Amino acid sequence: MDPDVVIATAALTRRFDALVAVDRLDLEVRQGVIFGLLGPNGAGKTTTIKMLTTLLPPTSGSAWVAGFEVAARPRDVRRRIGYVPQLVSADGGLTGRENLSLSAKLYRIPRAERRERIGAALDFMGLAPAADQLVRTYSGGMIRRLELAQAMLHQPSVLFLDEPTVGLDPLARRAVWERLEELRSRRGTAILITTHDMEEADALCDELGIMHQGRVAALGTPEELKGRIGPEATLDDVFAQIAGGTIEAGGSYRDVRRTRSTARRLN
Amino acid sequence: MTSAVRAAPPVASTDAALGLDFVRQSLAIAEVEVRKLSRDPTELLTRAVQPALWLVVFGQVFTRVRAIPTGDLSYIEFMAPGVLAQSVLFSAIFFGIAAIWERDLGIIHKLLVSPAYRGALVMGKALSAGLRGLTQAVIVYLLALVMGVHLRFAPAALLGVAAIVMLGSALFATFSLIVACVVKTRERFMGIGQVLTMPLFFASNAIYPLSIMPAWLRGVARANPLTYLVDALRGLMVSGGHSVFGAGPDVLVQAAVFAVLLTVAARLYPGLVR
Repeated sequence: MDPDVVIATAALTRRFDALVAVDRLDLEVRQGVIFGLLGPNGAGKTTTIKMLTTLLPPTSGSAWVAGFEVAARPRDVRRRIGYVPQLVSADGGLTGRENLSLSAKLYRIPRAERRERIGAALDFMGLAPAADQLVRTYSGGMIRRLELAQAMLHQPSVLFLDEPTVGLDPLARRAVWERLEELRSRRGTAILITTHDMEEADALCDELGIMHQGRVAALGTPEELKGRIGPEATLDDVFAQIAGGTIEAGGSYRDVRRTRSTARRLN
Repeated sequence: MTSAVRAAPPVASTDAALGLDFVRQSLAIAEVEVRKLSRDPTELLTRAVQPALWLVVFGQVFTRVRAIPTGDLSYIEFMAPGVLAQSVLFSAIFFGIAAIWERDLGIIHKLLVSPAYRGALVMGKALSAGLRGLTQAVIVYLLALVMGVHLRFAPAALLGVAAIVMLGSALFATFSLIVACVVKTRERFMGIGQVLTMPLFFASNAIYPLSIMPAWLRGVARANPLTYLVDALRGLMVSGGHSVFGAGPDVLVQAAVFAVLLTVAARLYPGLVR
């Protein structure tokens, strides 16, 4: 396999009883690329991320992340990836520094390096002044940046972010984008995000995969996708053409509840 | 740019290194729990209410009645270790609710994508439950002292009690975690937690000896891990108290049950995020 490819899936499939959440997905993401998975609620984005991050075993098909097959070598994959779930994963009862310290220990960052790397991560995310405050006093944008700091502390080669800016105000959202772009250009980290924010997809992502009913319905750069519709087309048009009238049908009660409660916690 | 393979941290291979990693990861999880508890200790104080009621009200009344044969010990001296075991059980049995809470928040997702051993994640939680159990022991010792119970303060006895309380707490907390992994929602968990505690408590030797139980109940009590926790405490905590099975067998039974529960919990824990 091409060593530049850090995420590859072949006919990756996940069923929940009768529902096929992800249906024979084929995907390739290269080093240094910010890849956006778009799609309405229930299109299979989160299920895909959960399989790629080893949280959910695939029903069939396979996936390689950072050089290892996900189902066969989950621990090798875990050492090389970072993940920020859609939910709020930073612990509100701890300070920012303590959250990072826990990550450092779980990822076996040597004691001698811990202090320095945690300090550098806090600086990079602009969190140094708030490092010793409890996370429950943080704003939504600060929490997201802390979670990013936790996810990148062990210098993963692939980062997975599930709806990283949902519920953030425009300034906080921009701050997250800037950190992600810098991570990509400094370290060549591949970043896979899910979003249904078209502006985010357009401004941040190099490549997009639009998911619909468990499959990738369209793949390409934002320009390519827009160009296929017409000269004046926006990503909204692309999205509407693919997802069609099914946007309202998608998204279980649980998805909706989750997204809303995440947004509420971050505000 | 670094390639994916070169960026990989060195992989430990020896068993000793794996064991050390396991211990370090468990301690990291336990440390987090202790920090959080030390910031908000109100929970520990509210947990003192129930043992106080049992010792001060139930214990005093039944000491006067002399309805239950307890050998050389007064009834309250007989039941003090039972109240400690009960307080360990009651605080550990709702431990799983925290796991459901962390799942709803997304904290567990973060732990599970880390390369930490699943067993170490569960062990860390169990360890923190053990430390919580120690605070229960301090509270029950203070209450018992006030009630005039003759406690043993020999270092060996105190250390033994501490170790047994930690093991018992870890056992029931892990059991609770398993229940949480199976039911997955707070509502169902609360219902089941309520249903479990009373039978575990009454089908044990906590407030009456095995010898006066009808045969069927004695059979149930012998299969109840709480009985072995109470029995071990009874031998170590109070002057003149003695255990029926002996502290060694009591600890072995609990350690074996804990090992089984830990293995099961480590397998079920990742299911919380599916």
